Amino acid sequence: MSFYFILIALIVLTVFGFYLGRSRSLATVGGHANKLHSRPHYYGYFVALWCGVPALLVMGAWLVFQTSIVEMVVQADLAQSLLIDDASRMSLVMNDIRNLASGNITSGDITADVQAAADHYVSLMNISQLAQMVVVLSLGIAALAYARQRISPNMRARNRVERAVMVFLIICSSIAILTTIGIVLSLVFESYRFFEMVSPIDFLFGLEWSPQTALRSDQVGSSGAFGAIPLFAGTLFISLIAMCIAGPIGLLSAIYMAEYAPPKVRGTVKPLLEILAGIPTVVYGFFAALTVAPFFRDSGSLMGLNISSESAMAAGIVMGIMIIPFVSSLSDDVINAVPQSLREGSYGLGATRSETIKKVILPAALPGVVGAFMLAISRAIGETMIVVMAAGLGANLTANPFEAVTTVTVQIVTLLVGDQEFDSAKTLAAFALGLVLFCVTLCLNIIALTVVNKYREQYD
Amino acid sequence: MTDIGMNDLIPTQTSRQRGVKASEAVRRGLKRRYAAEARFKAYGMIAIGLALAAILTLFTTIISSGLPTFTETKIQLTVHLDEQVIDPSGERNPETLARANYRKLVLDTMTDLFPDVTGRTDKRDLRGMLSRGASYQLQQAVIADPSLIGETVSFDFPVASVMDLYSKGIFDRSVPESDRPVSDKQMVWFDELRDKGVIFTTFNTTFFTNADSREPELAGIWGAAVGSLLTMFVTLMLSFPIGVSAAVYLEEFAPKNRLTQIIEVNINNLAAVPSIVFGLLGLAVFINFFGLPRSAPLVGGMVLALMTLPTIIIASRAALKAVPPSIREAAMGLGASRMQVVSHHVLPLAMPGILTGTIIGMAQALGETAPLLMIGMVAFIVDIPGSITDPATVLPVQVYLWADSPERAFVARTSAAIMVLLSFLIMMNALAVILRKKFERRW
Repeated sequence: MSFYFILIALIVLTVFGFYLGRSRSLATVGGHANKLHSRPHYYGYFVALWCGVPALLVMGAWLVFQTSIVEMVVQADLAQSLLIDDASRMSLVMNDIRNLASGNITSGDITADVQAAADHYVSLMNISQLAQMVVVLSLGIAALAYARQRISPNMRARNRVERAVMVFLIICSSIAILTTIGIVLSLVFESYRFFEMVSPIDFLFGLEWSPQTALRSDQVGSSGAFGAIPLFAGTLFISLIAMCIAGPIGLLSAIYMAEYAPPKVRGTVKPLLEILAGIPTVVYGFFAALTVAPFFRDSGSLMGLNISSESAMAAGIVMGIMIIPFVSSLSDDVINAVPQSLREGSYGLGATRSETIKKVILPAALPGVVGAFMLAISRAIGETMIVVMAAGLGANLTANPFEAVTTVTVQIVTLLVGDQEFDSAKTLAAFALGLVLFCVTLCLNIIALTVVNKYREQYD
Repeated sequence: MTDIGMNDLIPTQTSRQRGVKASEAVRRGLKRRYAAEARFKAYGMIAIGLALAAILTLFTTIISSGLPTFTETKIQLTVHLDEQVIDPSGERNPETLARANYRKLVLDTMTDLFPDVTGRTDKRDLRGMLSRGASYQLQQAVIADPSLIGETVSFDFPVASVMDLYSKGIFDRSVPESDRPVSDKQMVWFDELRDKGVIFTTFNTTFFTNADSREPELAGIWGAAVGSLLTMFVTLMLSFPIGVSAAVYLEEFAPKNRLTQIIEVNINNLAAVPSIVFGLLGLAVFINFFGLPRSAPLVGGMVLALMTLPTIIIASRAALKAVPPSIREAAMGLGASRMQVVSHHVLPLAMPGILTGTIIGMAQALGETAPLLMIGMVAFIVDIPGSITDPATVLPVQVYLWADSPERAFVARTSAAIMVLLSFLIMMNALAVILRKKFERRW
């Protein structure tokens, strides 16, 4: 609650700062705004920025570090009074204290010492929040007074405000880079920890995948096997089925729309196909599990075949439907980029439309079409929900499309959903899989984008 | 197949006979070539037909399986709120009221409907027709108004999900009794009560006002919808300002140097990173490193914001680029600074395009499931979240959770939840189209 109070107080103070700065600047020149360097509201923004930004930064830092500092203090006291030197026992006691402090259910019985520590924790938190309020608000007021002091007719308020805005813009555009760095660092760091337990060779080339590690080392089957080949094979297999559906359908419909369809048909069919791209993947997953998989199972049992209700075929076909719009809209762009003169030259030689398409346009558009297919494949490899809901969990190394296979994304989801401690090979394996997924899709995208760009330049 | 036809077109010798021969060959080939032409055109039409058929099948399956959810079957029971059972002491202590045996009251009323049913299993079957939520509903009513105790009050309770399915015709008598969860006797009782008007069908408000539940007839989407709303709020608050600022910087101010180029390549690649990888980032950085709460819309919104950022940046840059340079030059000529040019002229003119891109990005984020599974938004949550740090789930994750449930009745709920989700998405996309149509300017 105090968080919102401080925030609202700070906002009020900042708004007040704006009006104060504006009126102050006018007061320094006796109301003649033309004697000021900048227009009066820039002085207002100047004061408001001084008032709001440092206080907000301090507040943010406080929120980030408050809990860990308080816990460190409590922990240091505990170590003296309870004489706990074991790290794992310490974390258990700290957990109890945290739960007690927030009024949750605690494990086991609570000793007086722990209760006292929890009270101490609560009181420290209260003190910290009070101190935060005092520090943040007084900082805001002090900065406000300082900024007001600096207002003079000759001060270049606009330039200063604009420089501050520019810094904000630069920070915003570097967030994209920070995200990439964050992805790479977190994946690499956790994968490194995983590869300390399991050798990368076993991971990349092992044929058996059973990540179930036992709680105790003396249990049966506790080793866990982390050979990811069945996952890679399953992923590629499902993507292959998907491309067998999406490739021909997407490409042929793109050709029809670019070369044959009258504008009216094109105007209705294109948005309809785009609908497919806007449907959430979880809906496709449900469709695969509810309609497509039972259809294969039932028609299989009619023919006397035993088809499991989770199959590579069901997941692959539905994924194919999902990526039709990617293939078709990308190919459509590419085909439209082929210069009209090539078509006319071909017609002039007496070729029919289909001959022109097959012998002139497609060869000319080939690099672009290949790029479109690669983007679609990378989409299929990274797709999660359809395979989670329809492909199954069994890591089978099989070429039978009616058997359950599993994919990289399915395993990431199953390994990480639910509560897990963060240092078992099982959890870390998900990050290693994520790293592989990230690298593969990144490579596919870079190659595809380069190919498509090269191709575009060719006809520009 | 058309090779021969094409080669025959080229006359190799100049003599008249040759020419006649060639044109004959062309005529012979023409039929085949036109057939090939028609075939090829048909392939294209078939491809489009298949794609459209897929859309049609998808929508009809979802709608036909989801429609029954919008009605629910209720039973009207007149319950005598016996003071002896609820609060014998007469103190009206809230704790006593909360703990009283309401289940007995409801079930007794149920057995009283058919006094001639005596067998143990029969009684259990009869009681099983009522939803488990009935006693909770009674409890809430009594706690809200203790003066009801001792009165005889009429309540509308939901029936058990299997009976609801029976009433909607999902199970019928042709299936052997052992293969369906509704027994023959239950069917007879049910039909009798329906003929009496005790059991009736109404619009399903439960589905739109409740949060998740283990009982299908009590499960609703309101909890997930609020979770989605909170998550989208966080996403919008982060991705819109950051995305637009980044686009403004890159398009209007950035010097054309190596760093800018790296940022641009980076944004294009981020747009194609699989969404699940963003979930891994959220788990490793936001939850493990910064210690933010699991399952919270705050973290979900942050992850989705990073995911939609490239979409918004790319769309905003396109919109900014579409504003003609003459506007900028005119403003500069009047003495505006570059920042004033952008904030007073370029940005307002580009706003419709930016908003369209933002809405499309938000629609993407609204339908996203995989990254939210990573950060723990799959928990079973019965409370409606009140703030962005409460545990919550979102609509697509709710769809995933229900699709995984073994109960037959959840299939219809899942489809109905999908219909709600899709209608939100359609509304957002329609808004984007309207914005584009209404405010798009050609310079």
